[in-house]
Amino acid sequence: MATTEAIDVVMPQMGVSVSEGTITKWLKEQGEHVEADEPLLEISTDKVDTEVPSPGSGVLTEILVQEGATVDVGTKLAVIGGEAAEPTSGSEPQAREAPPEPATQAAADASMAAASEGVGDVAPSSQADSAPPREAAGATSNGKTFVSPVVAKIASEHGVDPSQVTGTGRGGRVTKKDILGFIESGAQAPPETPAPAPPPAQPPEPAPAPQPQAAPPPAPAPAAAPATAAQAAPSQPGESFEPMTAMRKGIAEHMRRSLDTSAHVTSAIEVDMSKVTAIRTKLKKEYQENYGVNPTYLIFVARAAAETLREYPWVNGEIRGDQIVTRGYVNLGFAVELQDGKGLIVPVVKNAETLNLLGLAKAVTDIAQRARDKNLLPDEVQGGTFTITNPGGYGTFHGTPVISQPQAAILGTYAVVKRPWVVQDDMGEDVIAIRPIMNLTLTYDHRLVDGALAGRFLRDLREKLETWDEAAY
Amino acid sequence: MPELTYLQAISDGLRTEMRRDKRVFIIGEDVGVYGGAFKVTLGFQEEFGHWRVIDAPLAETAIVGACTGAAIMGMRPVAEMQFADFISCAWDQLVTVAAKQRYRAGTPVPITVRLPSGGGFSGGPFHSQNPESSFAHIPGLKCVCPATPEDAKGLLISAIEDPNPVLYFEHKHLYRRIKAEVPEERYTVPLGKARVHREGDDVSVITWGAMVYTAEEAAQQLDGDGASVEILDLRTVMPWDKAAVLESARKTSKVLVLHEDTRTGGFGAEIAATIGEEAFEDLDAPVKRIAAPDTPVPFSPPLEKAFIPQVDDVVAGLRELVAY
Repeated sequence: MATTEAIDVVMPQMGVSVSEGTITKWLKEQGEHVEADEPLLEISTDKVDTEVPSPGSGVLTEILVQEGATVDVGTKLAVIGGEAAEPTSGSEPQAREAPPEPATQAAADASMAAASEGVGDVAPSSQADSAPPREAAGATSNGKTFVSPVVAKIASEHGVDPSQVTGTGRGGRVTKKDILGFIESGAQAPPETPAPAPPPAQPPEPAPAPQPQAAPPPAPAPAAAPATAAQAAPSQPGESFEPMTAMRKGIAEHMRRSLDTSAHVTSAIEVDMSKVTAIRTKLKKEYQENYGVNPTYLIFVARAAAETLREYPWVNGEIRGDQIVTRGYVNLGFAVELQDGKGLIVPVVKNAETLNLLGLAKAVTDIAQRARDKNLLPDEVQGGTFTITNPGGYGTFHGTPVISQPQAAILGTYAVVKRPWVVQDDMGEDVIAIRPIMNLTLTYDHRLVDGALAGRFLRDLREKLETWDEAAY
Repeated sequence: MPELTYLQAISDGLRTEMRRDKRVFIIGEDVGVYGGAFKVTLGFQEEFGHWRVIDAPLAETAIVGACTGAAIMGMRPVAEMQFADFISCAWDQLVTVAAKQRYRAGTPVPITVRLPSGGGFSGGPFHSQNPESSFAHIPGLKCVCPATPEDAKGLLISAIEDPNPVLYFEHKHLYRRIKAEVPEERYTVPLGKARVHREGDDVSVITWGAMVYTAEEAAQQLDGDGASVEILDLRTVMPWDKAAVLESARKTSKVLVLHEDTRTGGFGAEIAATIGEEAFEDLDAPVKRIAAPDTPVPFSPPLEKAFIPQVDDVVAGLRELVAY
């Protein structure tokens, strides 16, 4: 008997609206000791990636849900201390009452690119729910059940999917005996050929029995394949394949849904950033030395946008059902590219209208850094009312971003470029001067925001930037 | 067929060859008047005379060097190291001269070096080692490790017949403990051929020397679990019967390599690596090694017991593989 009482580790509620999470990594192995509050596993929700601290000290007696599996909030993931629980009792991931939410809020939560997960594991989300969780042993660290070389070979020779075989090995692993018994018993799935999985569309050759150099063991066909494999075109020479990460899938779904939802229209305006440039040059040293932050153009634009949005509540609004929602606050989302260049996340600075330039600079620096480090809190990617995206870092001067649902608009900031600019001199004469010019785009949902409104918004935003009032901001 | 101990079988094999072939002689410390430290050559001097049963000074270099010279001149010398551990003194003669002579000059060096090896009787660090892997590593040398009386005789005769230097590791712990029927007539057991000691389907043990018996006891315990264990007695570590090992590995798909020598760089590593290279697709579990820890052999009986792989260790290892 163990001396301590068993403590259950459950899928935490990562923000009010999140109903399920994917285990991306167990940081401890079964049988390992873990201290209270020590990071135990990493999870990915459609909001955020985060570490889950251990709820208590003791030996990690049992891991019930493997990496890659997606389960409902409240599902028991592991047991700490006590005796190894009967795998049957607690292991079944049961749907716990995830607080039902208004559809719109649910939609809000799936905010642009918010689904975040490291690259790597495919999370065959829904399917995984029903599959009985396997114990840690026998499953590899990436959460996939280990298929030994000989089992893979036999499976390929007989066209059997090892996942169909009941495993009796460690951690439920399918042993050579298991698969041979399965084949002998004729329990073999109907002679349907293993559906042409994306990569090597190989017919399941009936392989002459003891062929030492058999065909490469087939990858344990991902259970998630069926749906996508159905429409997938056969592979062509020179193509290679990689699974979509949960984040990629999240982005794909959100982008498509946004375009299907909003009537996207983009207006652009040119802004003379001379004044901002001058102030920025002046503040730069002070900001960096005293606060360790950089007063970037983006911060100036964000500050001015937050101010302008207060005057244009619809641009900061939302269509919810047949109601128009407006707010007395501005929650600014910032699209942040992940370091690997394979995804983005949109952390939100809440109540941006209450922050001055320095405060906003600090907030954005902090939140962007934590987004890259995957240290965001779930609430920090939710509740945005307006989004700023900055693809100008690479020199582009125009774009048509996609609105983060269910917001009404997204502001694009672009490269500051020195251009010949017609200005009036002291005498009121037109002269050509060299000015740092930035394009700004506002992509708005024409269902709510008309072109004239967008134009006025951009005009006012430009006005604030071109006549930057240091005292006010 | 008479029942002989492992030790008697070695004597019998040596005597058979000395009677048959006048070129065969034995040289070593106390092999003559005293009959050898373990009495393998007891009565030999009386039968063959002191020119064919030569008491040598305490100089392993001289013993192996003399054998090498005699072999080059056409003799079939058998050297006895009092303990296998002392072979280190003869390293240069054996490794630099004997092992390379055929390659350098084309002259065969048909010497046999008998090496009483292994532990299990508190002999301590100088009298208990199993240095076969050190010599298996040297191209030009062969290493023989018999486990049964029948193999002890047949392999010794093959070793003496072989035109290369052969190191014949005779396990001291088996000398009088193991007894079995041994054919009276002369016969040979080919070098490089393993022996299926026990047939099984679920897991293979690849081993040699005294560990064959440890494996056998462990396998009997596994019978109680309903798991059938195959034991392959390698008999010769160099050349080793790769085909038999791979066949067994392919058959059971789970392999335990067991030896009394220390783990790192032990010959089991070579076997495990070869299985990984050549039978990868037939494996259903990682190849497991059980060997002594990387320390000198301890004197203390409990420590020595902890050092040499015991039946319980092998049972645990086998159960782990079966359950994998």
